Amino acid sequence: MPRSPEPAANAGTGFAAGFAASLLDPGRATPPIVSTTTGGRADRRYAVYRNNVTTSLADALADIFPAVRRLVGDAFFSGMAIAFARAHPPRSRLLFQYGHDFPAFVASFEPARDLPYLADVASIERAWLDAFHAADADPLPPQVLGTIPPDDLPAVVFHPHPALRILRSPYAAFSICTANRDGREPDAPIRGDVAEDTLVTRPGLIVSMRRLPPGTAAFLLALVGGSSFGAAIGTGFADTEEFAPAEAIRIMLNAGAFVAVGASRDRPSE
Amino acid sequence: MSTKIALSAAYLAGVVATALTTGAITTGAAQAQEKEKCYGVSMAGKNDCAAGPGTTCAGTSKVDYQGNAWTYVAKGTCTTVSLPENRMGSLEPLQRDLPS
Repeated sequence: MPRSPEPAANAGTGFAAGFAASLLDPGRATPPIVSTTTGGRADRRYAVYRNNVTTSLADALADIFPAVRRLVGDAFFSGMAIAFARAHPPRSRLLFQYGHDFPAFVASFEPARDLPYLADVASIERAWLDAFHAADADPLPPQVLGTIPPDDLPAVVFHPHPALRILRSPYAAFSICTANRDGREPDAPIRGDVAEDTLVTRPGLIVSMRRLPPGTAAFLLALVGGSSFGAAIGTGFADTEEFAPAEAIRIMLNAGAFVAVGASRDRPSE
Repeated sequence: MSTKIALSAAYLAGVVATALTTGAITTGAAQAQEKEKCYGVSMAGKNDCAAGPGTTCAGTSKVDYQGNAWTYVAKGTCTTVSLPENRMGSLEPLQRDLPS
């Protein structure tokens, strides 16, 4: 697929821009500014460079999405990753920021259509790395919630931890992802068509992922969106009558999903 | 779907009380899993990495107990880690056992 000038736009100007213009597209000619010492064409040497760039991006994606790679196999993953790298060159020079568009690409990648859960697994893996690199913050101490006067409780709002991510999937994306990241066999066969919600947090230095019970994702997403505590509990029940608020609160406190609670979203003075 | 539910303050207080008293609230669940970076204790090729996937430094230490390579250990235990030939773990990078 011919590529827009986007990569060149990222590569600055002058020699770098000219050199980078054809790096990710084997269909484009070697840039004329690249030549051998005797002034001849340097197609083969440029091809080596192009191969190194393409492969390094595919390798980074393989490191970021190990469960996706295990699910489809190395050869399939490599082909999909290279296609992605050509269509979506990095926008940041920080490699760990790469691949935010990968889940959407996987969802539209025709050869992966038989694995409808694959894009959601990729979303969880990208969220894991986002959480890993998020700012450090101390989670809300659980007992703080018990010190709020009951009359104030319905209106309080929560401040999300920087690492907090919540992912909803119509498939068993959590079970499939964790089973294939650990490399451990699951305890029981996974039913792929059971909807699963995933909570990603990082209360300390270690990223934690857990599956959420019914309604809890809707409840937590409402809190993240700025809803009051009372309204968010209502959102949980509106999502499903199976919603168990005490369990949801216990999970959010244990997981370190939030850092503070207060009367408004303005940063509390403590 | 969205049955209108009147959530009284008393109801919410009850839910919070239940959440805080039933079972598995471990005040300091976060702290329990807290880890610290411990330098100079990993075997060659077994170090963790500062930057995680997408970079290449995890598992790249060259020698056993390499002073500038670190591994996650449970918080508070790093400086109690003692190793052969009177080596100790450290919360800061060390100058010993660097690859030549």
